[in-house]
Amino acid sequence: MSTAVPEVLPPGGADHAVHARAAAAVLAGTHSYGSISAKISDIVLTARAARWWLIAFAACSVLTLVFFGSIGYLFYKGVGIWGLDVPVVWAFDITNYVWWIAIAMSGTFISAVLHLTRQPWGASISRFAEAMTIFALVIAGIFPIIHLGRPWFFYWLMPYPNVMALWPQWRSPLVWDFFAILAYLLLSLMFWYLGLIPDFATLRDRARARGAQVIFALLALGWRGEARHWQRRQSAQLLLAGLAVPLVVSVHSVVGLDFAAGNTPGWHSTIFPPFFVAGAMFSGFAMAMTIVVLLQRAFDLGEFITERHLDNLAKLILAMGLVVAYSYLMELFMAWYSADRYEIYTALTRMQGPYAWVYWSLIFCVVVVPQALWSQRVRHAPWVLFGISILINIGMWLERFMLIVTSEYRDFLPSAWGMFYPTVWDWAILIGSIGFFGWMLLLFVRFVPLMSMYEMRELLTHQKAVS
Amino acid sequence: MTQGDPAYGLLAEFSGPAALLHAARAAHGAGYRKLEAYAPMPVEGLVEALGSTDKGLPRLALVGGLIGGIGTYALQWLSVKVIYPLDVGGRTPAWPGLIPPTFDMAILGATLAIFFGVLLRSRLPRLNHPVFNDDGFAAASTDRFFLCIEAADPQYDAVQTRAFLERLNPLRVSQVEP
Repeated sequence: MSTAVPEVLPPGGADHAVHARAAAAVLAGTHSYGSISAKISDIVLTARAARWWLIAFAACSVLTLVFFGSIGYLFYKGVGIWGLDVPVVWAFDITNYVWWIAIAMSGTFISAVLHLTRQPWGASISRFAEAMTIFALVIAGIFPIIHLGRPWFFYWLMPYPNVMALWPQWRSPLVWDFFAILAYLLLSLMFWYLGLIPDFATLRDRARARGAQVIFALLALGWRGEARHWQRRQSAQLLLAGLAVPLVVSVHSVVGLDFAAGNTPGWHSTIFPPFFVAGAMFSGFAMAMTIVVLLQRAFDLGEFITERHLDNLAKLILAMGLVVAYSYLMELFMAWYSADRYEIYTALTRMQGPYAWVYWSLIFCVVVVPQALWSQRVRHAPWVLFGISILINIGMWLERFMLIVTSEYRDFLPSAWGMFYPTVWDWAILIGSIGFFGWMLLLFVRFVPLMSMYEMRELLTHQKAVS
Repeated sequence: MTQGDPAYGLLAEFSGPAALLHAARAAHGAGYRKLEAYAPMPVEGLVEALGSTDKGLPRLALVGGLIGGIGTYALQWLSVKVIYPLDVGGRTPAWPGLIPPTFDMAILGATLAIFFGVLLRSRLPRLNHPVFNDDGFAAASTDRFFLCIEAADPQYDAVQTRAFLERLNPLRVSQVEP
């Protein structure tokens, strides 16, 4: 029997070489399995938190308290504390909901699509993209509940045996929303956790403190890296990725239908589901970019998050931005083509009415600014990308505000027209929700491996195979 | 045959995936069947080298998806057609309106089946396992690759099997306490 050990994995043909070349571009520096594991797990296992982390955490904790304090006051007083009134009955609450759920759309989507298409640059960014999804989804789920007049009855959305003979209205997109968000949240959590199990095992084995060993041992569920377990886990990841992609499309289509099912001018449009999906991808990619740049700088991860990652993400943002810009054009075209005077009026009043500044600001942020990404110099400048992603996030929030408020404030009867002015509680809940998102994200980067260590090891194997 | 042997098996440590793959193929080729390989990442072809793959998950996912989808559709159908028919202007609920929750719950059913399928078929969670008794095994989650031939294997022999493993150029071979 031969005892010679081959130097590298047996080549798998041309496919293998392509993989190896791609792996080389997304993993810089000279690394070993051990150094990758050390670099990523030390972020979690270091006993002392960095000063910037403590400051940011304190700030986000305050905003989190503002968020829940405002919600507490809302529950005590009712939705009258907001600037809502007839005719604008949906404003910041639903704007925030759509904005957050859109951010939640792309995390799992990025991770699933990059996995399905076997893109090596997914290895280092999929973990926190998935985390971003879960946190944004948690926040998004809060808004439809708190915007109810009687939030304590929100569980009536659920079909359950009750003495009132009460059933949900199955044909309402608001009920579909409930099922879509439930399925998406649970899928995202399970997808995330399946990826985390092997990494928790690494932390369990590397931790020195007894407490950390016990906690990570419990979280790792006794993972020991058996070949058959890996194979099942891989198979599960592939299946879940395949299921996640159509689910993502369905979830945000349903959000679009929440509006399209109403006959309000500006909402009653069949373009809404795909338009909303494109907008969701766009704002989610932008938020992913924001977080990627911050993490790369904060933890000195330039070797794992290379120029290639930022470049690819920027191209995705640019492509989605063009789809969104096309949707805006089509919205205007359809308003004109409908020959419906109310539709046409709504389209015009968006551009010329009292909220024209919202419209033109969003066009600047969402359509004009991303065009800078055509330039490679811009795509290779992290802080410029960071600035662009922040502007896109603001622009996408304004877009939802525009879609929601300017459709409601002047509908069919001029006698029913009215303006919307946000109160301090509207702002407190919006800013508080951003703080709560940051709070969860900070806890995540401190206590959970922010990158998939085993996928980085796989990447290294491919890279070694070529050199 | 070493029925009385108290050991769980013999564990050989390797430094890379290629060496482990090679060793797994050799051990399977030599007739060992109670084999297990441990790696800090998925290694392509390793389960095939060990001689067994589990292709049951997709089927499980299908069953879960069917239960979720059919169950949700049936619930809605019962609700709108039998238990509480709602007739608004002669328009009784048609099936397309019932599809979104059906679709979402089909995916959720498949997801639950996959997630719990992975864990149950892998017999996880299981916090204790004999291989954890080996002092160096902690590296299996970082940068070391292990092949374990269990004492339960009919071909296992404390001396011969150790000699066999030594020939595969491992970093070390050690006996695993049960």
